[in-house]
Amino acid sequence: MSVNLTNPEQPPVKPVAEAKHPSGDKRFKILEVHMKKLQFKQDALIEVLHKAQELFGYLEDDVLLFISAKLKLPPSRVYGVATFYHFFTLKPKGEHTCVVCMGTACYVKGADKVVEAVQNQLKIRAGETTTDNKVSLLTARCIGACGIAPAVVYDGTVIPRQTPESAMEQINKWVQS
Amino acid sequence: MAAKTLTIDGKQISAEEGASVLQAASEAGITIPTLCHLEGVYDVGACRLCLIEVKGIPKLLPACTTKVAEGMEVSTDSERLRKYRRMTLELLFAERNHVCAVCVANGHCELQTLAYSLGMDHVRYDYNFPKWGVDTTHRLFGMDHNRCILCARCVRTCWHVEGAGTKNVAGRGSKSKIISDLNQPWGHSESCTECGKCVMSCPTGALFRKGSTVGESERDRTKLEFIVTAREKKQWNA
Ligand code: SF4
Ligand code: SF4
Ligand code: FES
Ligand code: FES
Repeated sequence: MSVNLTNPEQPPVKPVAEAKHPSGDKRFKILEVHMKKLQFKQDALIEVLHKAQELFGYLEDDVLLFISAKLKLPPSRVYGVATFYHFFTLKPKGEHTCVVCMGTACYVKGADKVVEAVQNQLKIRAGETTTDNKVSLLTARCIGACGIAPAVVYDGTVIPRQTPESAMEQINKWVQS
Repeated sequence: MAAKTLTIDGKQISAEEGASVLQAASEAGITIPTLCHLEGVYDVGACRLCLIEVKGIPKLLPACTTKVAEGMEVSTDSERLRKYRRMTLELLFAERNHVCAVCVANGHCELQTLAYSLGMDHVRYDYNFPKWGVDTTHRLFGMDHNRCILCARCVRTCWHVEGAGTKNVAGRGSKSKIISDLNQPWGHSESCTECGKCVMSCPTGALFRKGSTVGESERDRTKLEFIVTAREKKQWNA
C-alpha cells in the first residue's frame, strides 16, 4: 500500500482490499457483511473461514488474502489456521473446479440432481478430484445467487439455472480438452 | 506487585507474582533445559523440555508456562525428569532429518548442545526420514525444513519482535510446517522485511544465512534481547 506523505491535500490512496472485490464476485461482498457483523474481530477468524468455505466451497488464496486484509491479520496466520482444521479445504488439486451450490434455494430447484449427475459422470464424490487431476467437485452452501438457482460455479464463474444436462455438458468440455 | 515465596530444588526463593517458574529459577541461578523458550518473546510451552515436578501435582509441568505460587515446592532435577527429557529429545531427533555433521549449525545448535548435556548418546526410536525440502528462494536466507523442530521461535519473533508476521505454522501433527505468508516460497513473500531476526531466533540449523557452510551458523541472540529491552524498557544497554 502506498501512502501519499508529500501532499496532505490529496486523498489517501485506496487501501489494498476494497469493499468490493476487484473480481466483482458478489460472494466477497457477502463475506464482508458477515465480517462486519462480527465487527471485524480478529478472534472471529475461524467463524469467518467457515462462512467463506460455505460461500466458495473451498478457500482459495485470494479469499484468504481478502480475509487477512479485512481482519488486519498476517496472511500467514490466516493460512495457518485454515490448514490446522481438517474441516477447511484449500484450493483443490484439480485443474478445473466445479462448485455446486447446495443451499436451500438451489436444493429445492434440484441442485442435488446436479451433484448426483456429476458424481456419476466423474465417478468421484463431492469433495474429491478425478484421478487424472482434471476436475475437482465441491459443494457450497448458498453463494448468494438464490435468484438464479440452482447455481454452479465453474472455475470461479457463477452460472445460473443449471440442470444435470447442462452441468454434464460443461464437465465434458473440460474432460475432453 | 506481590512477591511469592517458593522453593526450587530445596532453595528458598522469592519471585514476583506472575513470573514463570523458569524465570524464578534462572534468577536464582538454577538452570532448567529449554528449547522453545526465547528471551524477549512470550512462551508457548511447545517443546516440553523444561518439565518440572511440583509437589502435590502428579503430572509434570512446563516451567516456562507455569506461574509461581505461594509455597510451591518445585524440583527441576530427578530420575523421572531426566528420563522424560531424554525421551523428548530423542523424539525430536527422530522426527525429521538431523544430520549434525553436515549442518550449518553444527557446534552452535541448541538441540545438539542439549543432547550432549543430557547425555543422549543414541536414539531409541526409529527415524521417520520424512521428505522435507529446503527453501532457498530468499535473497539472503534459507530454510531447511529437515532441521526444523517446530518450536515456533521464528514465528513469535517475526510477529512480535519484528512485527511482520511473515512466518506461521501451517497444518497439524507431523505434517506441520513453517510457512511464509500464504505458503509461498520465502523469497516471494511480500511481508518479509529481510531483517534476519527469525534466523537469529532459530535454535537449530533450520534457518540460516545464505553462504554459511557446515558449522558456520553462529547466531547472535543477544541482539534480539537488546531490541526487546530497548522497546519495552526504553533501555539501550548494549
Ligand atoms: S527476515 Fe524478518 S521479516 Fe523476514 S521472516 Fe525473518 S523475522 Fe520475519
Ligand atoms: S525454523 Fe527454527 S525457529 Fe522456526 S520453528 Fe523451526 S526450529 Fe524453530
Ligand atoms: S441457495 Fe444457492 S445461491 Fe442461495
Ligand atoms: S521451554 Fe518450556 S516447553 Fe519449551
